[in-house]
Amino acid sequence: MEPGIVAQAVTWHGSGLLSATVVLPLAGAVVIALFLRERRLVRGVALAVITVDLLLSLLVFALYDRSEGGYQLVDRLAPWIPFLNAEYHLGVDGISAPMVLLAGLLGAAAVWASWHIEERAKEYFMWLLVLQTAVMGVFTSLDFLLFFVFWELELVPMFFLISVWGSGRREYSAMKFLIFTLTGSAFMLVGILVLYLSTGTFNIVELTKTAEAAKLLIPAGLVFAFLFAAFAIKLPIWPVHTWLPDAHTDAPTAVSVMLAGVLLKMGGYGIIRINVAMFPDVTRDIAWLLALLGVINVLYGAMVTLRQTDLKRLVAFSSISHMGYVLLGVSSVGAVGEKLSTVGLTGASLQMFTHGTITGLLFLLVGLVYDKAHTRHIGDLGGLASRMPFVASGFLVAGLASLGLPGLSGFVAEVLVFLGAFPVFGLATALGAFGIVVAAGYILWMIQRSFFGPARERFAHIGDATLVEMIPVVALVVAIVVVGVYPRVLTDVLTTGVAEILRAGFGLG
Amino acid sequence: MSWREVSLIFPEVGVIGLGALMVLADLVLPRKGWLVVLAVAGLVVLGGITVAAWLGGGESEPAFFGALTVDQFSHFFRILILGIVALVILASVDYVAHFERFQGEYYGLLLFSAGGMMLLASASELISIYLALELTTLPLAALAAFLRGDRSTEAGIKLLLLSALSSALLLYGMVLIYGFTGTTHLGAIATAVQGVAGEGLRSGGYPVLLGIVLLVAGFGFKVSAVPFQMWVPDVYQGAPTPITAYLSVASKAAGFAVLLRVFYVAFGQFDVNWGGIFAVLSVLSMTVGNLAAVAQRDIKRMLAYSTIAHGGYLLVGLAAIASGAPGPTGPTGVLFYLGAYAVTNLAAFFVVIAASRSLGSDQIQAYAGLARRAPLLAACLAFALVSLTGIPPTAGFMAKVFIFGAAVNSDLVWLAVAGVVNSVLSAYYYMRVIRAMYFASPSSAEGVASSPALRIALGVATVGVLALGLAPGPLMEAANQAASFLRAGG
Repeated sequence: MEPGIVAQAVTWHGSGLLSATVVLPLAGAVVIALFLRERRLVRGVALAVITVDLLLSLLVFALYDRSEGGYQLVDRLAPWIPFLNAEYHLGVDGISAPMVLLAGLLGAAAVWASWHIEERAKEYFMWLLVLQTAVMGVFTSLDFLLFFVFWELELVPMFFLISVWGSGRREYSAMKFLIFTLTGSAFMLVGILVLYLSTGTFNIVELTKTAEAAKLLIPAGLVFAFLFAAFAIKLPIWPVHTWLPDAHTDAPTAVSVMLAGVLLKMGGYGIIRINVAMFPDVTRDIAWLLALLGVINVLYGAMVTLRQTDLKRLVAFSSISHMGYVLLGVSSVGAVGEKLSTVGLTGASLQMFTHGTITGLLFLLVGLVYDKAHTRHIGDLGGLASRMPFVASGFLVAGLASLGLPGLSGFVAEVLVFLGAFPVFGLATALGAFGIVVAAGYILWMIQRSFFGPARERFAHIGDATLVEMIPVVALVVAIVVVGVYPRVLTDVLTTGVAEILRAGFGLG
Repeated sequence: MSWREVSLIFPEVGVIGLGALMVLADLVLPRKGWLVVLAVAGLVVLGGITVAAWLGGGESEPAFFGALTVDQFSHFFRILILGIVALVILASVDYVAHFERFQGEYYGLLLFSAGGMMLLASASELISIYLALELTTLPLAALAAFLRGDRSTEAGIKLLLLSALSSALLLYGMVLIYGFTGTTHLGAIATAVQGVAGEGLRSGGYPVLLGIVLLVAGFGFKVSAVPFQMWVPDVYQGAPTPITAYLSVASKAAGFAVLLRVFYVAFGQFDVNWGGIFAVLSVLSMTVGNLAAVAQRDIKRMLAYSTIAHGGYLLVGLAAIASGAPGPTGPTGVLFYLGAYAVTNLAAFFVVIAASRSLGSDQIQAYAGLARRAPLLAACLAFALVSLTGIPPTAGFMAKVFIFGAAVNSDLVWLAVAGVVNSVLSAYYYMRVIRAMYFASPSSAEGVASSPALRIALGVATVGVLALGLAPGPLMEAANQAASFLRAGG
């Protein structure tokens, strides 16, 4: 035994671009916490930081070389914790690069949408920026311990954001969110520890190759279940979805945007990156279960959405329905032989992106309606289109995209999911497709009741969105239309990542 | 007794000497503030010497006919306890300034008790363990009663009586083990009990087993494991808050030091699975501690129950008997956890010390709106509570990874699951305090005053929580090195 503490050489590889994307918002939060006081200054710095972060995420997406595939832009500081063989290890592949872009886009939309925050603005923007670092970290971590650190880092900002700046039963909803998420991650932690102690590494790239073949301390199916628990709660999958409507309804607008747009996707991303990629055999065995849960999510979510009377709750429940398609797309990997293709999993990943932008937009607009009309109760609304044409048009675009109108992004993702899943689980896909019909029902009915019909007397004096409020709306509409018209901008990238997983674990030719 | 032997226990001699000096200096020093300066300076010097010994020495050295064994394991605990006592003394300044008399005695007793704890970490023979334990406990009972109010006196008496009871159990266990093995040296006991399992057990090994059970019960009181925890809430609530802080981290550390030494060195090769006993105590402690904490309205009582729960997490490390596999093992996990828990819990208690004077109450309700009245204090407490819950990037998170990792490493996945589920449970009551501080409106706009000494102590502890959360590597290495000296017969 060597006396004293042996210092190991710490080495750094990488360009630092991903690290900058991840750490910049946190740095902004620290600067705000330590040096800034005045509300407008805080807001200005937060906007500047988040806008630069959006540009960085665009740069990450643009620099990702889709012809090459694999993990790129890798930043690696090794060792981080020598004793545990843990590293600071970031990188993006075809699946995570679009997720980074999504997080950048919605993070920026969320901060822009917070222009009017008056109450405790300093803390508010600080937490929003910390949240941004957490989600960026989750999508780029290639070390499982680091992944977990970022995964949990998101909890405290969310807890504060919902509790302080929320509405209604905000403290109850925040605590519910916290306890649900913590329960999931508790099981994930045990899963991670089992994987680490069986293989000696936290490296996600290594684990993807070796986890299932390795002799694990407990059966692989159980490890799969532990990890799946966390992602299922986050996605969320029926019956552990109950935190979502509460959290959404009571959260402030920007936080709903982040929650629906990005945080739910951490669940889907985790299922694909961890469960599917590390445990292909287990995934294939339980693909039917994923399909079943997916269909339940789609139909149950859609039915419950239909009878919501609160705009925000309605959008929240529709998210549950739409996340079902992600599961349905993932279940397509249960195909054997010739039937196996990248279509379904690509569809699932694309659905995460499109749903993020669409629902983010819906929540933004609901927030605008609420700010001006001071109610979210659909029964009290009506005829708003004449008073706020911009908001109404935005709503129409988002709504149509959400129900899968061709030419907008939701359509592409859902078609890919159905095409991928149909050869494998025909009945499930057929039932799932029925969700689209219901979606058309609740979306159109909602738009009709709140924006059209006779103009109401008491809304005579409300105005349309201001210029500042239009910025994030326009940005998201552009994203929805671009992906809808030219989906290859995303699918080309996604397919490289998906093909890699299917080749390594599922024997795709 | 040679000079070599005395030099081996120099830190203990130094701390006890410093304690005596406090009592004397109190008589001559006109300004009592110098007592603190003197004590902290002395502790820093002793700490420096011990760190030098840590860096220099790799060998384990027996002293006083094997009554003590000085090795890296001892150094680890010496440094830990010196650090804790220095921080607690700094944090006591506000509190002690209100005593008309006996300030020197207060610091003196603290240092005597620290000396006992440090001896405990080196004791490798049953009688010296017992003596060190008494040296630790008696000053603590006096300190708990220091306020001389109803609550405080009750705390002191309770601590004294229950320690006496647990000491009696301990002694009885020691007697049985001595009677069977014919020796009080841990190393020699290890040799004597080898092969006692199976056949040997029938022909007279039962006394050893009974002895082990009694030892577990006796030490169980010291580390406040359920079902030996009844004294904890009342004593924690009644004692002066700095003493509560000291009890919750230093006593616990010393208790686990001796548990590890006794069970790994003396019974490491014993064929009966004593890990099972600790697994049961562990689950009981964390569950009972967490459930009871949920119902508390007084923050000191809440932290008392939380200490019991954390004792449960620590016992996971004793249940996870070293499996020989690479990666975290039980003892390493315990050592790291003790370090992480020390900074975290001290940070939490230091805020309670600072707040209770201005708020005039230890009720969680009184913390309403503290974030508005004292943003920095509230942030430190919130951070400490997040660490106690085990959410990154904090020391508490890394400690949980490490200790539950040890459980998984020893095929105790169920125990790790019990642990993580319990930490979810604990989130509920920790977050309730955060909720009060940040989401409720304050009852007055008045700020919260605290002395520079307390602020320094709080700052050091909080930085420690963050540092161990971001870069736990060095402490993990150190824990591993210290734990490697725990081998049977060593």
